[in-house]
Amino acid sequence: MSTSIDKSEHAQADDYLNAPQGRVAKVIEHLKRDWQIYLMLLPTVIWLIVFLYKPMYGLQVAFKDYSVFRGVAGSPWIGFEHFETLFSNDQFIRAIKNTFIISFYTLLIGFPMPIFLALMFNEVINQTFKKTAQTIVYLPHFISSVIIAGIVIAGFSPSSGVVNTFITYLGFEPIYFLTKPEWFRPIFIGSTIWQEAGFQSIVYLAAIAGVSPTLYESAVVDGASRWQMMWKITLPSILPTILIMLIIRIGNLLEVSFEMIILLYQPATYETADVVNTFIYRQGLLGGQYDLAAAAGLFNAVVAFIMVMTANTISRRYSNTSIW
Amino acid sequence: MNTTNLYSRGDKMFVILNMFLISIFTISALYPFIYITAVSFSSGFQAAAGNVVFAPVEATLAAYKYALSEPRFWISYKNTFIYTIGGTLMSLAFIIPGAYALSRKNLYGRRFWNLLVAFTMWFNAGLIPFFLNMRDLGLLDSYFGIIIGFAVNGFNIILLRNFFEAVPQSFEEAARMDGANEFQILWKVYMPLAKPAIATVALFCIVSRWNGFFWAMILLQDRDKVPLQVYLRHVITELQDTEEFSSTLLNAAYSFETVSSAIIVCSIIPVLIFYPFLQKYFNKGIMLGGVKE
Repeated sequence: MSTSIDKSEHAQADDYLNAPQGRVAKVIEHLKRDWQIYLMLLPTVIWLIVFLYKPMYGLQVAFKDYSVFRGVAGSPWIGFEHFETLFSNDQFIRAIKNTFIISFYTLLIGFPMPIFLALMFNEVINQTFKKTAQTIVYLPHFISSVIIAGIVIAGFSPSSGVVNTFITYLGFEPIYFLTKPEWFRPIFIGSTIWQEAGFQSIVYLAAIAGVSPTLYESAVVDGASRWQMMWKITLPSILPTILIMLIIRIGNLLEVSFEMIILLYQPATYETADVVNTFIYRQGLLGGQYDLAAAAGLFNAVVAFIMVMTANTISRRYSNTSIW
Repeated sequence: MNTTNLYSRGDKMFVILNMFLISIFTISALYPFIYITAVSFSSGFQAAAGNVVFAPVEATLAAYKYALSEPRFWISYKNTFIYTIGGTLMSLAFIIPGAYALSRKNLYGRRFWNLLVAFTMWFNAGLIPFFLNMRDLGLLDSYFGIIIGFAVNGFNIILLRNFFEAVPQSFEEAARMDGANEFQILWKVYMPLAKPAIATVALFCIVSRWNGFFWAMILLQDRDKVPLQVYLRHVITELQDTEEFSSTLLNAAYSFETVSSAIIVCSIIPVLIFYPFLQKYFNKGIMLGGVKE
């Protein structure tokens, strides 16, 4: 209401009296004229409220002594007790640590892979070869985590798996991969990268497709080799895309594909495999400690939210194009 | 490409090395599928002994005969079709009109409605509150619960909204002159134009429905309602401990290894059949969404 400063007191009073009514009238007018649009929006809004916003209201169980019989609203408040329990729980601390370690290595090894792949695909001259290779490396992305886990379990089995067939062929003792804590992360991270690296290269290939051909033409005239063009033209041209993707990935650092972990881990490997979401799954969904698990989930969601927002702000500042 | 002649010997080396590296990547992407297929067609004894590497050993269809004679396999297969088709249609029924409404300039409070959608991409309540909510709604153990509970996805709405927004105003003016209402404009002007975008969203839905297992595992207790992926999980994590398979070596025709591999192969086949359609659209989808993930 900054403009009302110049107005007389009388006019201000008028504004004050009319404003709410004016607003209501405006909304009614909009509804009358564009009711069809609101009708189209209505199902989505109702769905969002019922399935996503109502659970946010339900997050209050994180601060309550939840009992099934009393329900979410009826259970008594207990403040931060669950958070205190969590942060004095070694398993939860371990889960946070594992989440960061697994994400960090996935990022460190998994992030450069699709960039290499895209650069390499770009250098292929034979189009049929390129198309075929792309078709194959994209495929694992569309396969469910249950199938991937099934293949991993089969391939790494100590008695029947091909990996151990190879190891024993070389004269070594078979390794019980999936029961050894030190092997869990390499296997999990490796299979995640195997599944996603190919598909993620699409984004970079799209960026490469946008590089101006004149740059290459003049480089050819100057006698540049393909290797030099890749390093001096292609890579610098897609650097903005690389940076944005990096920021997004760091923002989503806490998003470990826990569905896959649930399929691959076992009590013997919890030490290195248990992440926050698998902890929540066990304590809450399997163990029925809904309130404690919800507190762990809230902590996870808040940290993730802060990280994503920070990443978005950084990307908005440096690339002008916001992620959203 | 005759331009290759222009390149030096170093370039040729580079191109060959590059082809070689890509071949390695491609083979390593493909090998696990070859392996699992080989195991599924091998005899139970050979597979359990770890003698299968590339091709089936003592080739037999015994594992498929066993797997396909299991009624639970067919029930879960049927359920997956129900969830995939029902879920995708449900998603489109919400997403198409919703995205259209959000793209309209004359939507009052447009910023707010868009934020309402976008916020769900940044923050969600988590596993427990979602589960408790589904339980309170009485949607446990129901086909409808799975179909409706995952119908809307913020990313898909925004992808389609961006597409609708990019359509020039002039396209709808003629229809508006003829007195078409919003529903007719969406149906007759925007839907035909947005076919590739809608196909992309539909494919995203189909893939996530076909592959989804976590919530189906949590929300469905009734064995007759679970989808293929949940059945598959039961097979790979629990079948081994059942009496029939604990003494595999006595049973030479099929074993735990070959049966679970056969089921894995059976659940990949529809994805492979569908894959050419996917490929046609996912490139487009990535472009449409930009990096808005």
